[in-house]
Amino acid sequence: MSDQFAIGDRVRVRRTYPPGHVRAPYFTRGKTGVVTGIAGHYRNPEDLAYGRFDGEVLPLYRVRFEQTALWEDYQGGPKDSAIVDVYENWLEPEKGGGR
Amino acid sequence: MSSPDEHVHEHDHDHDHDRTFQPDIEDSPYSHYQVMAQALGEILIDKGIITADELREQIEAQDSRNPAEGAKLIARAWTDPEFKERFMADVNAAAESVGVPAGDIPIRAVENTPDVHNVIVCTLCSCYPRGLLGVPPDWYKSRAYRSRTVREPRAVLSEFGTDLPDDLEVRVHDSTADLRYIVLPMRPEGTESMDEAALEALVSRDCMIGVSLPRNPKA
Repeated sequence: MSDQFAIGDRVRVRRTYPPGHVRAPYFTRGKTGVVTGIAGHYRNPEDLAYGRFDGEVLPLYRVRFEQTALWEDYQGGPKDSAIVDVYENWLEPEKGGGR
Repeated sequence: MSSPDEHVHEHDHDHDHDRTFQPDIEDSPYSHYQVMAQALGEILIDKGIITADELREQIEAQDSRNPAEGAKLIARAWTDPEFKERFMADVNAAAESVGVPAGDIPIRAVENTPDVHNVIVCTLCSCYPRGLLGVPPDWYKSRAYRSRTVREPRAVLSEFGTDLPDDLEVRVHDSTADLRYIVLPMRPEGTESMDEAALEALVSRDCMIGVSLPRNPKA
């Protein structure tokens, strides 16, 4: 399976709020960041949590968000960032920026 | 004040023990997950999948890990550029090569520089590089640390006594997935003459989480 995104791609975390064992932090939903690395390929923990041990293997991306993009009223340095590990099923290309 | 001779111990004390009773942790009701964890352990033992001694042994093994293991790797990375390269590429393999078993969960090192300060949190649970740092401190698992470290990292760092310049990038790593992270702090100035063992003593658990900096030997 080939990775949908590469280092440097701008990606958006899907803005969706499903119930259950969900592994994309709430504060990242709908936010845009940049792929800074691929942390490996792992079975989807959202399957594993329900005993589905033969589910799909997903790329796990390291996505860097500007803190000022995550929080409108962020109090801190202008360069501050958060890098979050996000599985591919949660990412979509930023409008016009995908491959 | 009465002397020991005057305080004769009899079964019918006249002071009331109920009034001096201090509640223990066990006195609060079991939570759902405590019951489930207890039940799972008992079922695995009843079915013969693990023994009680194996369960105890695992707890003992987990509890025996401590931040000195991580500090050893940091001091080595400070003094041995070739090791540092391997450490940054693959922490688990580098650790194994110097006799520190880091476990199977992949651990990645993030390096502090004059421009970037790294701090680790797991917002969704409490993932922690136990193989290198041992059992996490209670605050690391608290909702306050997990929510505030992504929301206002500099305020959290300041409460740990770590104040950083505004033009430096504070980089929060949210390890909510399959990797664990450890911070490679900057080697303090004035430590050029120190050997690896002396450097290890400067590396605290908290500076490998990123809420603190290595001890300054001059301070």
